[in-house]
Amino acid sequence: MLAVSKISTMAIAIILAGFSLHPAMATESGEMAPEFILPGQSGQEVRLSDFKNKVIYLDFWASWCGPCKQSFTWMNSMQTKYGAQGLQIIAVNLDAKAEDARQFILENSSNFMIAMGTKTSIPATYKIKVMPTSLLIGQGGKVIERHAGFRDDDKSALESSIKQALMHR
Amino acid sequence: MKLVAFAFSGAVLVCTGCTGLKPVQPWEKGNLAKPAMTFETDPLEARFMEHIYSSKESVSGGSGVGGGGCGCN
Repeated sequence: MLAVSKISTMAIAIILAGFSLHPAMATESGEMAPEFILPGQSGQEVRLSDFKNKVIYLDFWASWCGPCKQSFTWMNSMQTKYGAQGLQIIAVNLDAKAEDARQFILENSSNFMIAMGTKTSIPATYKIKVMPTSLLIGQGGKVIERHAGFRDDDKSALESSIKQALMHR
Repeated sequence: MKLVAFAFSGAVLVCTGCTGLKPVQPWEKGNLAKPAMTFETDPLEARFMEHIYSSKESVSGGSGVGGGGCGCN
């Protein structure tokens, strides 16, 4: 009887240990955005801290993700509209094959910065749970807002967050 | 008794072993997003059937994730 009870206790401990393997909370508002250095679209280095004096809209995307494609048009217009006021959009690609990303970039023009995050620990560091995921990072590198997905209805709220962040620069 | 205990602990180890498997991450779902990975051959028909079903049941949702694993629509 004692052996069975010991085994049950062990079983519960093992099950609880299994749960602890699941990912923790995501990078939330108020936290510092983790630093990264990634190769850019044309081979140049993209370092997050190089833009600490700007408001950063950090977007994680992949070529196979439909809403990511839709967000490109919107991000182009945001970069054009607010670039002069200090907005820098950085879109980090997470495709498994870099070739897929290159093809997408050829077909979808962009006026913002693109970084290649393929096979890096960046998405895990930022605890990406949905594609696309975007983070609005204020001056100094603190996360202001985290947004999952991209829908037409989200555009106005995202734009007003960007506007507010730029006002508080 | 010993055999039961051994079998039980073996079963527990096998079951909990699965919890250690690394889940597919959201950015690794490129293959799942391919049209060939959908159950339905015709997306328009599937949408129509879903509409009929949700009207009959007076509920909607729970039929999958939009965008082939994208998890955003």
